[in-house]
Amino acid sequence: MTTTDAPTVAPPPKGRRRIGDVVFAGLARGSGLLILVILAGVAAFLIVQAWPSLAANTANFITDRSWDANVRENPAFGVGSLAFGTVLAAAIALLLATPVAIGIALFIVYYAPRRLAALLGYLVDLLAAIPSVVYGLWGIGFLAPQLVPVYEGLARNLGWIPLFAGPASTSARTILTAGIVLAVMILPIITAMSRDVFHQVPQGHREAALAMGATRWEMIRLAVLPFGKSGIVGGAMLGMGRALGETMAVAMILSPSLAISWNLLQSGNQTIAGHIALQYPEATGYGVSALIAAGLVLFAITLVVNMGARYIVARGNKES
Amino acid sequence: MSLTTAQPTDPGPGPGNPRRELRSGSLPRYFPPALLASSAAVIAGVLLAFSSFGFVLWGVLTALAYTVIAVAASTRIEGGRKAKDRLVTALVYLCFTLAMLPLVSVLWTVLGNGLARFDGYFLSVSMNGVLPGMDAGGAYHAIVGTLAITGLATLISVPVGVMTAVYLVEYARGRMKRAIMFFVDVMTGIPSIVAGLFVVALWILLFGPGATNGAAGAISLAVLMIPVVVRSGEEMLRLVPQDLREASYALGVPKWRTITKVVLPTSAAGLTTGIMLAIARVIGETAPLILTAGSSAVSINWHLFDGQMMSLPVFIYSQVRMGGAVNYERAWAAALTLILVVMLLFFLARMIGRLFAPKSR
Repeated sequence: MTTTDAPTVAPPPKGRRRIGDVVFAGLARGSGLLILVILAGVAAFLIVQAWPSLAANTANFITDRSWDANVRENPAFGVGSLAFGTVLAAAIALLLATPVAIGIALFIVYYAPRRLAALLGYLVDLLAAIPSVVYGLWGIGFLAPQLVPVYEGLARNLGWIPLFAGPASTSARTILTAGIVLAVMILPIITAMSRDVFHQVPQGHREAALAMGATRWEMIRLAVLPFGKSGIVGGAMLGMGRALGETMAVAMILSPSLAISWNLLQSGNQTIAGHIALQYPEATGYGVSALIAAGLVLFAITLVVNMGARYIVARGNKES
Repeated sequence: MSLTTAQPTDPGPGPGNPRRELRSGSLPRYFPPALLASSAAVIAGVLLAFSSFGFVLWGVLTALAYTVIAVAASTRIEGGRKAKDRLVTALVYLCFTLAMLPLVSVLWTVLGNGLARFDGYFLSVSMNGVLPGMDAGGAYHAIVGTLAITGLATLISVPVGVMTAVYLVEYARGRMKRAIMFFVDVMTGIPSIVAGLFVVALWILLFGPGATNGAAGAISLAVLMIPVVVRSGEEMLRLVPQDLREASYALGVPKWRTITKVVLPTSAAGLTTGIMLAIARVIGETAPLILTAGSSAVSINWHLFDGQMMSLPVFIYSQVRMGGAVNYERAWAAALTLILVVMLLFFLARMIGRLFAPKSR
């Protein structure tokens, strides 16, 4: 920001910088550098602690589906099934949340009565304030029992689609339930990013469309959505990053498992984050190190997704 | 382009003169609310008549009936383009309603299930000596742990976060600035469980395996909290008018005194808001605390460096894992406590932000 770089401020006379200035600037710079050090430290310590188990692993860490890590020698474990579950849960959440989030953002920016808009946006933000463990409790204590008849209906009527093949789980503690809860959790993130970019659409573009006789929807389609594309995509990717790493809702809804299943109505899948939370208290031998290795994979995936999202958003801002 | 369909000079295929065609065919303003109310009433009546009334079914059928009738009526009277507009309007309203459902449902179930056990006894006793299935015990030890761990996390992240924000706004420029801003953004996306594993890895190196204590939990929360404080602090510092800084410099005040005496006090309200929102965010974090502060403490422990420490979110989780009816009651009551704390922080933050914000020009 050029406004804060203060080019007009006279620098202190050369040769005698005040001691207070030097110390304070050093503190500020040190804090900034500390951020970089912490981030590098997260990667470094995870790698250091994951290394013993990875070196001793007798199975292929990326593709193997077993988890025999709680032993003193010859552990055999891999994140194959867990990575699949993680991506599947995040994909379900993203598919459910993105259209709704765009709708909410449009509603708040263009449809809601002006006076109410701020309040309604604030209500959506409240969704982000609810702790994930409460979502987990809600998912297992309220939502899952409600979904049992829905899943039975899905299995009965749409069972010919492999995704919905029956028999449906009687507890509804499945990857689809986890995905629905994750969708609710990432809804405010995608909404916030989309709202920001919708607010930035130049008034001229919108008024030009309306002046040509466009209806409100045509104005949105012609002026708002093309302009906001990068913000929506970036927001969706940020939401995906959150969904990939979300732990508690998944750990509470899904039971420990190592299967790979495309069936959304039966239990069997588990995510990396959920697996770590469920297995950590019982980890012995190489167990902790192996879980740290799994966390390293999760860290790498979310890092790539988040950096991609920030890059897309930043590029969109530059173009506009 | 479908935008040029209404041309007044063109008689068009329709009957009548073009002036009438321009003006005719729009549904009255009261049409949408009236239709919504009447379809809701009719469907409620039909469902009650068949005695199969359910709020979900009622809502779904009402939304469906409204959308179908409105679009059909609009197609007939107003034409295809307006009908599409009405369809999208209905969908957009539906999206917002859809988002409010889980919010209301979560708050309602937590309130309904949590109130049974939410009393002075629950808030003032720990789980020490409570056997499984016993109808006793409370969350006092978890509240103590939450206060201690979150407090230490705040003590760590506020100075670091605010100073980084000062650095980004007042000092940094060029590549260094862009790098730090980028990595702060990336850091906001670190999964909470990875922050927990980071501290586990660090603690194994420092203290050997199996060392769990409150301080470890506080550090993992600080990793999650620092980027949030930096981002909000940065925004608030940018709001401080440049004139104030220049006036201070013109009086010969050194830069660091200008920052501590002019910039930071001016943005104090905004900074406080940001910090409280950051606390509200990390106070509900569970996963890192399971790994670092333990999940089986039952007694009151104020000592951050001595042994396992329970916290409210972990208390909810561990009670759910035990799975008995009493455990679920405790979990719901603890969830109610946690939500009340978070909401309180959230509202206070907004109030401070609104009441004391510097007037922007």
